[in-house]
Amino acid sequence: MEAWLWAAVGGALIGLSAGLLMVLLGRTAGISGILGSLLPPQPAGDWLWRAGFLAGLVLGPLVLLLVRGQSGIGKPALGLAGMAVAGLLVGAGTALGSGCTSGHGVCGLARLSPRSLAATATFMGVALVVVALMRHVF
Amino acid sequence: MKDLILGLLLGGLFGFGLALSGMTDPAVVLGFLDPLGAWNQALAFVMAGALAVTFLLYRLARVRPAPLAAASFHWPTATVVDARLIGGAALFGVGWGLAGYCPGPALASLSASHGGTLVFVCAMLAGMVIVRAISQPRANLHPAVR
Repeated sequence: MEAWLWAAVGGALIGLSAGLLMVLLGRTAGISGILGSLLPPQPAGDWLWRAGFLAGLVLGPLVLLLVRGQSGIGKPALGLAGMAVAGLLVGAGTALGSGCTSGHGVCGLARLSPRSLAATATFMGVALVVVALMRHVF
Repeated sequence: MKDLILGLLLGGLFGFGLALSGMTDPAVVLGFLDPLGAWNQALAFVMAGALAVTFLLYRLARVRPAPLAAASFHWPTATVVDARLIGGAALFGVGWGLAGYCPGPALASLSASHGGTLVFVCAMLAGMVIVRAISQPRANLHPAVR
């Protein structure tokens, strides 16, 4: 099957998960929010569904490994120091900006939220510039 | 118990979808973010597919008085586009462009036990805790703003 078709099917499953999380539990499927709310200070009281969701997120690719023989997990793009810097930026940035690709880019845009549109345009635009600089300038 | 099981199933579906779509491979993600190079457009279909299905199910949720398995909906209420939102999104964009990981795919890649993934996730947790620790007292100082 073509890569774009897998991408579309995978995307639809992500949407099914995000949509059902609202229909069933009334919650937004924003990964940075689900994770961040479990952390100090003042972790959220409703940790059960959050912990379950994050455990499922880790286990999901293993199900694909069983079904297809390949998990779809690739190698990290940078060395350890680079990964530490990138991780710190992603953690701090999503906490400041109240969301990531899932919370703003999928759930927020699906609500037609101007706030999420602004956030998504910003992180997409900045990521495009960073990749262009890394690959074509430096 | 119901919350834990529903969360596990929906999280599993989310992680499965991420892996199937190519989002858990940084080479694919960075290829999508590189229209000036050998542009890999496939990931646009991930967003299109995810948005379409979420949009439809949200429409369904909107007409219901309450979720099927919880007391009430928690729709986000913030509407202000401010410097904190844009600045945070920009920082996130830098990290995403450097490593090709956003939070979901980073967590979903943990089972492969790559050292770089583990370092990324630990640093991401640290970043979240630092921001939460700094911004929490400010919110308490100005309760009227909340």
